[in-house]
Parts: sequence; structure tokens; C-alpha cells
Amino acid sequence: MNVRVLLVFLWPSVVAAQGFAGLGTTVEGYDDPVPDPVFDFPADHGAHPGYRIEWWYVTANLTAEDGRDMGLQWTLFRTALAPGGDAAAQVWMGHAAVTTAEAHFAVERFSRGDVPTAGVTAAPLKAFIDDWAMAGETLDEVRLTASAPEFAYDVTLRAEGPLILHGEGGYSVKSDEGQASYYYSQPFYAVEGVLSLPGEDVAVTGSAWLDREWSSQPLSETQEGWDWFSLSFEGGDKLMGFRLREGGEEGYTYATWIGAGGEELVPYARAFEAEALERATVAGRQVPVRWRVRLPERGVDVEVTALNPEAWMGLSFPYWEGPVRVTGSHEGRGYLEMTGYE
Amino acid sequence: MLTVDTIVKSYPGAEGPVPVLRGVSLSLGRGETLALTGESGSGKSTLLHLVAGLEAVDSGTITVDGIALEGLGDRQRARLRREIVGVVFQQFNLIPSLDVAGNIGFQARLAGRHDPARDRELAERMGLAPHLGKYPEQLSGGQQQRVAIARALAARPGLVLADEPTGNLDEGTAEAVMALMRDLVAETGAALLVVTHSERLAATMGRRLHLERGVIR
Amino acid sequence: MRREGLRVLLSHWRRAPVQLVTLVLGLALATALWSGVQAINAEARASYDAAAATLGEGTFAQVVAADGGDMALEDYVALRRAGWLVSAVVEGRLNGVRIVGLDPLTAPGGLGPVELDGGAEVGRFLGGEGQVFGTAEALAALGHVAPEKVLSPDVAPMTVITDLSVAWPLLGMEGRVSRMIVADVQPLGRPALAEVAEGLSLRPAQAAGDVDRLTDSFHLNLTAFGALSFAVGLFIVHGAVGLAFEQRRPLVRTLRALGMPLRLIIGLMAAELLALALLAGGIGVALGYVIAAALLPDVAATLSGLYGAQVSGALELRPVWWLSGLGIAVLGTAAASAGALWQIARMPVLASARPRAWAMARGRGRMVILLGAIGLLVLAGALSAAGSGLVAAFGALAALLIGAALALPSVLDLALRLGARGATRPVAEWFWADTRQQLPGLSLALMALLLAMAANVGVSTMVSSFRLTFTGFLDQRLASELYVSVDSGAEGSRLEAFLEGRAEAVLPIVWVDRSVAGIPAEIYGTRDHATYRDNWRFLDAVEAPWDAVFSGEGAVVNEQLARRAGLALGDEIAVGPDAALPVVGIVGDYGNPVGQVIVALPLFEELYPEAEATSFGLRTDDPEALSEALREFGVPEGDTIDQAALKRFSLDIFERTFTVTGALNVLTLSVAAFAILMSLLTLAALRLPQLAPVWALGLTRAELGRLELLRAVLLAALTGLMAVPLGLALAWVLLAQVNVAAFGWRLPMYLFPLDYGRLLVFAVAAGALAALWPARRLARTPPGVLLKVFSNER
Repeated sequence: MNVRVLLVFLWPSVVAAQGFAGLGTTVEGYDDPVPDPVFDFPADHGAHPGYRIEWWYVTANLTAEDGRDMGLQWTLFRTALAPGGDAAAQVWMGHAAVTTAEAHFAVERFSRGDVPTAGVTAAPLKAFIDDWAMAGETLDEVRLTASAPEFAYDVTLRAEGPLILHGEGGYSVKSDEGQASYYYSQPFYAVEGVLSLPGEDVAVTGSAWLDREWSSQPLSETQEGWDWFSLSFEGGDKLMGFRLREGGEEGYTYATWIGAGGEELVPYARAFEAEALERATVAGRQVPVRWRVRLPERGVDVEVTALNPEAWMGLSFPYWEGPVRVTGSHEGRGYLEMTGYE
Repeated sequence: MLTVDTIVKSYPGAEGPVPVLRGVSLSLGRGETLALTGESGSGKSTLLHLVAGLEAVDSGTITVDGIALEGLGDRQRARLRREIVGVVFQQFNLIPSLDVAGNIGFQARLAGRHDPARDRELAERMGLAPHLGKYPEQLSGGQQQRVAIARALAARPGLVLADEPTGNLDEGTAEAVMALMRDLVAETGAALLVVTHSERLAATMGRRLHLERGVIR
Repeated sequence: MRREGLRVLLSHWRRAPVQLVTLVLGLALATALWSGVQAINAEARASYDAAAATLGEGTFAQVVAADGGDMALEDYVALRRAGWLVSAVVEGRLNGVRIVGLDPLTAPGGLGPVELDGGAEVGRFLGGEGQVFGTAEALAALGHVAPEKVLSPDVAPMTVITDLSVAWPLLGMEGRVSRMIVADVQPLGRPALAEVAEGLSLRPAQAAGDVDRLTDSFHLNLTAFGALSFAVGLFIVHGAVGLAFEQRRPLVRTLRALGMPLRLIIGLMAAELLALALLAGGIGVALGYVIAAALLPDVAATLSGLYGAQVSGALELRPVWWLSGLGIAVLGTAAASAGALWQIARMPVLASARPRAWAMARGRGRMVILLGAIGLLVLAGALSAAGSGLVAAFGALAALLIGAALALPSVLDLALRLGARGATRPVAEWFWADTRQQLPGLSLALMALLLAMAANVGVSTMVSSFRLTFTGFLDQRLASELYVSVDSGAEGSRLEAFLEGRAEAVLPIVWVDRSVAGIPAEIYGTRDHATYRDNWRFLDAVEAPWDAVFSGEGAVVNEQLARRAGLALGDEIAVGPDAALPVVGIVGDYGNPVGQVIVALPLFEELYPEAEATSFGLRTDDPEALSEALREFGVPEGDTIDQAALKRFSLDIFERTFTVTGALNVLTLSVAAFAILMSLLTLAALRLPQLAPVWALGLTRAELGRLELLRAVLLAALTGLMAVPLGLALAWVLLAQVNVAAFGWRLPMYLFPLDYGRLLVFAVAAGALAALWPARRLARTPPGVLLKVFSNER
């Protein structure tokens, strides 16, 4: 079976990007995000099967004992084949990756919804697919594990700040037509653990960022992909910004400024700017690997450079995801995700 | 033996039909010899082809041995050529895949009148006896024409037609070949019609007619 | 000057458009033949591979219950959650149909039901009522079920494939797993199986099955025929180019007389040929694709599937394919025109411009060719008699074919001379003599016909022999109605006890690997039963060989072992420590690369007490009931093999091959017919001086036309008659030499006179069809054209 084909069907953003009429907008029977949400934690850390798509998305910037920069990714996706929240209609997909300056490994897992090989419980927290898991008493301290033929990792994430609600209290608008999702993050994780790479086990420390997002209509029909940045500056300030590309042009942009410690939280619609400075040929495509990112309202004007331009996720649904370095008005590290580069 | 009455024949040309024979009449009895002379393109070869049943007239009548040729199909014309007429052309008379003996006897056998003794006699008199096993391409031009004449006479035709039979031969050879032919025709009592542009050859025939632009002068 | 030269050379084609078309079409057809065969070959291999994979069942390792039963879904979940990349499969029977439920999300790459290339279909397969895939027969037998039935002709017989969640309720096996497919690559840090769940065992992927090995030899033979059809194509190209050059010799002479350098002329002609070859090659590849696509019934969207074999649904137009097709066209043209170009290069400026076809009629040339032919045939005989190995066998093949082709004109000439001797009537005499004269001009086309016919006879003989042998072999080796395998010897003993009274006979399949006479071999212990006496055929045996075997006084060996170790009847072989037995029989064994020795079971058990039987052949009158009983006993579905289904599936594959070879027969013959047509058309102008005198002497044009037709039929029939022994020789070399060299066993050759007769009729029809048009043209030649022969203005 061609899993990629399966994904084309299952992955709403791709469906939207390819202009499948009706699928990018409200689909009959699924729940829809509404403004002014009231989250119920920890229950909302669990799955929302009434919605079409949902993810638990962890990225981490790590430093080895010898000073090498590294990154890891751990993601669990949930997609509903049909509305109604029925377990048999759910499909789970896991992505795990490790990136160093020289190497990049990425693998995927799948699970059907009617066999308990994947799922999420809120308390105690456990999000898993096969042997991969993000688990802990609460979201504040979790153990993150994944294994693959060429790598494995086992790290602990400890929250050092509050949850961050994006958009209007967690209601994140994705286009001028009103496409939206529920979106919150835990960007203040401190990380400690071990990466197993071919030929070596590496003890690492660093910081991690968890994104939680669910929706039933994530992109508008004309949007073809996004460029998503999560940046941690020296001094503790953080910036999450994304740009949705429409017809090759700059489309809707959004950013959340997160002051050090998480006390200050400012949303910016249409103020975030990202300009590709340099592209590299990765897996046969031209992908931007150096960016100029600006948020003038906060005096941010930085250059964002990929640690490893080859951080291509060559999986059933391919995209680019990897650690970045930040220089310019602010210095720091972060993660970059780019989808829809065909 | 042969009666030709006001025959007309034209060939298709670039600007409509080109008349070749325009009302030619003549007759030839048994044992008679006739020379038909004329310039190139005067229609003399065409006349011979018509008489041999190789082509059909536009109008007029040709009677050979009492058989009217007009209205005959391909099959009956072929039969006429086999049984009544003997033809000698200027060149390529012979069947390349058969040897001399095979060529000489071929028409007689087609006509069902084959007489090996006569074949031998003809070959002897034509000086072909040493060459009977040879193939046409191994013979000289004069030898080839003698084979053609022997073949025409072997079948004892009532009418012998020859179209420039010595056209490719030198003068001495030509005279010897023609003399033989006249003698042999005379022996069989057949009628002989020779198309030629050679005055010397024409002078040896009993009668002569001159064709000019499709009519007899 | 270059442009002028090219213009003049090309002007030839404008004046002879028919020749241009025949040249291009001839080349294109030859290329089409080659690339069509290539495509069919590749596709046939693919479907054999698929079938072999189906019969073998097990390219992946499997996790199964140690007790042979099924497993709980919890075991599967535990394995997955421990990091084992396994995929659950549930199997069972409903209304006699084997239902295989699998999980497309976790099945290893290339696994799953047929290609699901539409997004919506995936959802239908996974969700809602689901879908079942199977052959029409299987779907019909399944009866009324909730899921949508999807026809997929190449799923294994009487099997349907569906999603796990669809299979569960159909089989009433909710929450159960029959087996788990283990992905080839597993993640780091995975615990041992026993640590995860109890009572599971890992069954390794099986090596290629017997049938797989058997088909290998067939692949080799198909490849040989691919090469042969190329040779046929080359002959045709040679003829086409050669004749086209022949006619332009006067033009070349004129150009040189006018001062054009010879080198430039040759360069221009070569460039012209290259362009023509590329054009024709392109058409040919496209044509070959059409041929292959039309011939192959959608072999297709098949077992991409359950057994791990990938069969591409549609015929792919691969770049390699294009290139090889074009390459063949260019190479063939180069090979064919090298001689012609060389002759032009050597031709003195004032040489006769007369086409050489005349000069070829007689002379020493034929003698030289005949001597060459005899030399090659002697070489072929010597190679097959004295040589050994694959190279010698293929060398013999090549020498045989080329020698026979070169000998053809002389042999035909002899036949025609004999025919002429029997002729008494003048027209008949002329006909034979004239036919002989046509031989040189037609001989290339006739050689092509000879090779095409021989290839066809060879293919038919080989494929049919192969099928007969294979069917016989299946009957012999798959005599038991059911085959069952278990995990351990203890289980085997339990099964034997269970089957006591249920099966007519239980025939253990038990062996040890030993070196026998220095050759790696398997020694089998065989229970005394009529199955062996009734079914096994010996290549060579003493009287009552089984009596000797079962009384422990003899051993039967397979042909491979006998050949490799040089064993004859009566030779003693060591079958165990301090035990030697005489060879009492030699059996053909068409599915096996290693030696086999068969001894009586009691003796075997005495010699090798440690060997345990885990596979059994079961004789029964009622396989249905017995397999039902086996299921009750706890043998999983996949471990019982129904002999009838296995045989049917194998034979189905042969039927498909027959369709393809049948179509190939027609194709090669039509190409040969085309070569004849081309030669006749080219010769038509030369024919006039030969035919005109006969016409003038009293044959009608219609008669001449009929004789022309008769001549082509006669030549085609004579050539066809000669092709039959050549084709048989070809098949013999392939079956008895190539096979022995490659695999160590010889396929017996059977004769199929009816097939040959039919082929002969085809060949004659091909010749007649080719001559029809030229003959009609002759019959309608205006008298004026014929008369021009006799006058001087030619």
C-alpha cells in the first residue's frame, strides 16, 4: 500500500493546498474551534476526537557535553477519517527526528485507532505510539522517548514557566477568512537526557518547546504551506511566528511575543515578517535555509540559519523541520518548520 | 494470312491522346514477305505489336489466320501468340532462367506442337548446336537473336513478326541472320512481316511499305 | 557541396517512396519485435516472481503462537508498544474462501492489498463497511457479505484480502491475531520476544521455494528467445538496408564521376542511415510498447500485496527501454550497412552500375556461403557433442542458427532443382527454373522467415515440453491432497496420532542435509506407500525400484546428483555413517538445485534418529473435511496447503505464457512476411525483362501473377519445412544443453506435430500475403511497360 497516498487523503493541510474543494473549510459533522475558549487542564492535554486533526509537537534545541549543537523532534498526530469521534475512524501518526550539523534522521509510525497502539491520556499524562511516548504525572515533567533503526532518545522535560495561549486566549486565527485552531504551547522546558546515535550515546542538555493544536479546518483553500519559527533569545524572551504562503506571496502572518518567564504575552497579527535569504536544494526541492525575520514592534531583526540544511523529513508526508541559530538584533536558538515546498 | 483494315491507335500523352497510327491498311498472304520501314516514331513497332495481339487497336480491324483480333480477351490473345504468331524482338527475347535448348523449344511446347527433331535441325542450321546448354547471358548478341528466331520458327507459326531483329547486330552478322530467317520462313510457307529502318534489309523482302506519321505512303 | 550531395541522395527516396516506407517500416518492425519481446519478457518475469512469491508464502519473518493457535490482540499491542515493528494478520475461512485481514497502516512497505492509488479508496478500505479484494471465483464463493467486493484477478486463488477490522467480524475472531508480519528493519533497543509476551515464536523468512527455482530456468530460456528474436530482426534490417543501397549504386557512381569525394558520399549516407535508424527505432519502440501492452492482459494491479511481490500494474515505458530499442535499431542498421558502405567504398568509379542482384544469380559466391554454412553446422554439432557449459551451449545455438540460415539458399536451390526434374510441361519447367533464379534476391527475406519459423517451433516445443514436464512433476511431487507443516517434531508426532484414521495416509517429509559422493545433498526418509509407486516417474531404474528402497536395499537419487556425481544404476552411495546403498533409480527433479537421495523411512530413522518430521503430505478422499479437522487440531490456515489450488495457480501462469507465445508467433511471422514483401517489391523492376518474353510468347499477365503468388507460397512452404527440424534442434539445444549447463537437469523434449502443422500453415499464409500485392501489380502491368523491355529505349 502506498502510505503516501493515504497521507494525501489524511493530511488536511495538503488536501487544502491541493485545493480539494470543501475540505479546507468547515466539514459537516466535525467540531469547530470557536473564539474565547475556556480550556480545561489537564483534560485538554488529552485527545479531542470530535475535531479533525490534532497534534502534540515537541522540538528541542540541545547541546552535547562537547559543545555540539543538536536538535530533536517528537510528534504525535491524530486524524479523524470520519466525524463522530469513533475510535475506529482515528488514525495516528508519529514522527521522530534527530538533527546534528552533519546528520539528520527521521522516521514515522502509524497506528489505527481501534487497536490501542497509540493514544493520549491527560492524567497522568501519556501520549504514545508504539514504544514512543511522552509521559509524566503532569505536563510539567515528562519523559520523552523514541527509537528507530539508526537512533533513539530518552530525555526528561521539566517546565520552567507557564503554558502560553496563542492568539486570543488560545484561539489562533490562520487566515482572513477565519480559519482557526486551538493553540497553546509550553516553551519553557529544560531538557536533560541521552541521544543514541550511530556509534555513540550522547548526553545532552537544552531547552524544548511543546505545541498543542487542534482544529477541523486548519488552512484556507488558497494557502499552500507555512513557515513556522519558534525562537528562544538569550535573556529569556521567546518568539513564535508563522507565515502562511498564498499563491507564492506572503500571506497571513502571526506572532506571539513571550517575555522572559512568560509574564508578558503579546499577540501580533500581520506584523511578523519573514524573508528567505538563501535556498538550498534539499531532496530535489528548493528550500529556504537562511531567513531574515523581523518583528519591528519589538525591535526584532534577526537572521535565522539552519543548523543542518539537510533536515528534510523524507516521510510519507515530506516537510522540512530542524534546529536553527539566531543572530542579529537578538541572539539565540530555535526550530524552523516549513511545509508545502514541492 | 494477315489483313489490317484502317486501324487507328493513339497513346495517352501529356496533352490528350497522341495518335500513332491513323488509318493503316495492309494485307499479307501465306509465303509472302513484307518489310515495314519508317522513321523512329512513325508507328511501325506499334503496328507490329497490334498484329501480335500484344496490344489492342482503338478502331479498325485486324484479322490473323481468319481470326478477328478486336474483341479478343487477354486469354485468347495469349493463345494467338502461342499458336499462330512467332515474334522476334530487338532484344531481351529470351527467358533468362532457361538454357538455349529450353528457350528454343519453349513456345512450340506451349503451342503443343513440339518436335525435338525440328529443334535440333533449327539449332544445327542456326549454328547453335554447341551452345544448347548455355544460358542467355552467356551468349553474344548475334547468338541470342538466332536463338530467338529458332524459337519463333520451332513452333511453325503461320505468321512470323520481327521488330528490328538485327538492330543490335553488326552488318555482317545481321545479313547472315536475316538470310537464314528468310530461308526458313520460306520453307514453312509462313508469312513474314519485318519492321526495320534498314534499307538494305528492306530490299531483300518481297514487298515493302513505308510508314510516315501513322499512315502508309 | 555537402548540401547538394545530401539533396541528391535524399531525392532517391522521393522517387521511391515505397522503398523508403518499407525500409523505415522494416526497421521499425524489427525494433518493435525486439522491444516487445523485451517488455513481455520483463513482465513475464515479474508475474512469475509474483506467483513464486505466492507459492512460497513468506518473504517476511513471522511471529506466530508457539502452540500453533492464534494470538490475542493484546500480544500484538504489547509487541508494538515494546518497539517491535510487526503487523497483525488475521486469517480464516468463510464459505471455503480464505480470508486474510491485515493492517495497511503497519504492514511493511509493498505489503497490503492491491494498489490503492485513489485516496478515497483508502478510506473505504479502512473505514465503514470496508472492502474485500479477490478473484471473481473467490468473491462469488464468499457469498453475501457486508463489505464491498472488489475484483482483483491476481490475488491468490480462493483468497480475499481485506482490512483487519473487516475480517474480524467476518471470521468471528474479534480481538484475535493469526500471525504477525515482522518488518525487515527494526528499531534500536528492542527487547527479546519472550520478554514481551509468552508463548510466541519467531518463524524466519523462508528461502525461495522450489517453484521459484524452477521458474529460473524458464527465465533463462525466455531470455534466449529474446536474443533470437533480435537476430531475426537483424536479418530483416540487413535485407532492407542492403537492397536500398543496391539501388543507389549507379547514383553513387554518377556523383563520384561529377567530382564528389567518396568520403563525403559515405559520410552523408551514414548520416542518412543514422537518421533513418533513429526514426524507425522510435516508431519501433512505440510499436513494441503497443504490442506488449496489448498482449499482456493487465497482469497488474496485483499482488503488490500480501506476499511482498511487486508487480507493476501498467507496462512502464522506461528510459532504458527506449534507449535499448533505439540502440538496437542503430546497431542493426550499422551492422547491416557496414558491408554495403564498404562495397561502395571499394567500388571503382567506372564499375558497372548494374545492380548486383543479376550477378549473384550464379557463381562462386554461393559456394563460399555454402562452405561457411557447413562449417558452422559442423561447429554447432561439435560444440553440443563435445563442449560443456553455458558458453558452449549458447555458442552451439548461435552456430546452428547462422549456419542453417546461410545454408538455406543452397538447400532451397537443391529442392527446386529436384522439383524441376519432375516438371514435364514447359510452363512448369520455366516456373521451377525462374524460381531458382529468384532465390538470391529473396534469400535474405527467406532466412528471416526461416529464423522466425524456427524460433516459433522452438518456443512452442519448449514451452509445451516445459508445461508437460512441469505438470507431470507437480502430479508426482504434489500427489498428496494436502500438505501441512507444524513447528516441532513433538507436534508432528501428535499430528500423526491425530490423523490416524482421519487421513488415508500420512507421508512424513523428513530429511537431513548431507554430502553425498562429495556433492551437497538432502537425504529423505520415505514411508512405504502406493503414492510413490503410482506417481513417480524414473528416468532410469532397475526393476521394481521402490521394492528395493522400501526393503532398505536401495536408494533413489535425483538427476542432479546422478549427473554431478557421475552416478549410474548399481553404484553404491554412502547414505549415512557405515551405510551404503546401491542406486536403484534416478528421478527427474525440476525444482531443485541440490542433490536428493531417497531411502526407506525405517532405515532413515535408524541412521538419523535426531531428524524430526515437521511437514507431512496427507492422502485423503475428502480434503475439505480433513483441512477442517486440521483447523480443529490447531494448525493455522497458512500451514495447510491445498494441492489442487497450488496446481491450478501454477498452470494458470502457463496459460498466460501460451497466450503470449501465440501472439509472438504471429508477430514474428508477420515481420518475416514483411521482409518477403519488401524483397518482392524491390525485385519487381528487375523482374520485367525476365517476365516479358514469357508474356510475349503466350502467357497472360494474370497467369504470370498467379505464378508469382505460387512461387512465394512454394518458397515459404519449403522454408517452413526446413524450419521445423531447425526449430526442433533449437529446442533440443535449449532443453538438453542450456538447461543442463545452467541447472544440472535436462528437460525432456516432447513433439507437437499439430502445432508445427499450424505454424507451417501460418508461414505459407505469410508468404502468400506478402506476395499478393506484388502479384496483383504484375497482373495489372500495362502491356506498354512490358513492351518497352524489347525496344532499345530502355
